[in-house]
Amino acid sequence: MTLATGKVGIICCSGEDLPEGTISRVATRLVLEKLRPDQTVTLCLPLFLAGGEDERAFARVFPTIAVDGCSKKCAEAGTKKYSGKPVATILVYEVMKKFPHLKIKSREKLEPQEMELATKVAEEIAKKVDEILCKTAKK
Amino acid sequence: MENHKVVVVPCSGIGKSLGTVGRVATYKVIERMRPEKTRTVCLALLTMGDNDALQFVRENPCIAVDGCSAKCSKKNIEASMGRLAHNIVVTDVLRKNRSLKPDGVIELNDQGDKLAEIIAGMVSEKVDEILREVKCE
Repeated sequence: MTLATGKVGIICCSGEDLPEGTISRVATRLVLEKLRPDQTVTLCLPLFLAGGEDERAFARVFPTIAVDGCSKKCAEAGTKKYSGKPVATILVYEVMKKFPHLKIKSREKLEPQEMELATKVAEEIAKKVDEILCKTAKK
Repeated sequence: MENHKVVVVPCSGIGKSLGTVGRVATYKVIERMRPEKTRTVCLALLTMGDNDALQFVRENPCIAVDGCSAKCSKKNIEASMGRLAHNIVVTDVLRKNRSLKPDGVIELNDQGDKLAEIIAGMVSEKVDEILREVKCE
């Protein structure tokens, strides 16, 4: 089924309480809208609990990448619990370590520096999407 | 009683702009309109059964701000046995403000922001009402 779809599901935590949650959300949308629009899809994480079988079949249909803001890894854990184990997890705080000059504090509207970090996270997600699709194509 | 805060929990739906409207409305309330009386909690954390998040929604009144009729925030607060005091659905407010055409998930357009402002006003009024009732209990 994965071979037939040729798409990767991206599920972010969207954590409301932390700026990293907003970064995870914006980075995910950047991938969906700009970097890999034809190769990616997403689903609201809370739908896994509130939703039905269609939502929970998501990770059985698509290989998934979890994008988490903090070490609680809600997107990874939620996807695994309600659908299937993600192929990869991108952690915002790990990406932040590579770019210590990029500081974040906004939860609502991202400042230019924060948008730059979201773009860096999005690029890491896109790289992982390419790796997954490349492996899938070889099978 | 004095320490009670109202927990505002948006669904943060990522598929459409309505989830962003709910999220932005929540930040308007907790950061600008009622910062001393409110806070939020990560819905995903609640969904995953984090003890601190569970305790917080069980001990404080909650307002769910949902983007669509799936009502993920409301359902997850209820499933967590949280104190759901009120639920606002963005699509219901949009129906009463049909001239507004919200757009954008990464960043809301001006009309989406205006809708978020209207919802934030409604949430703030509800926060005051809930806290008045809590004080009277």
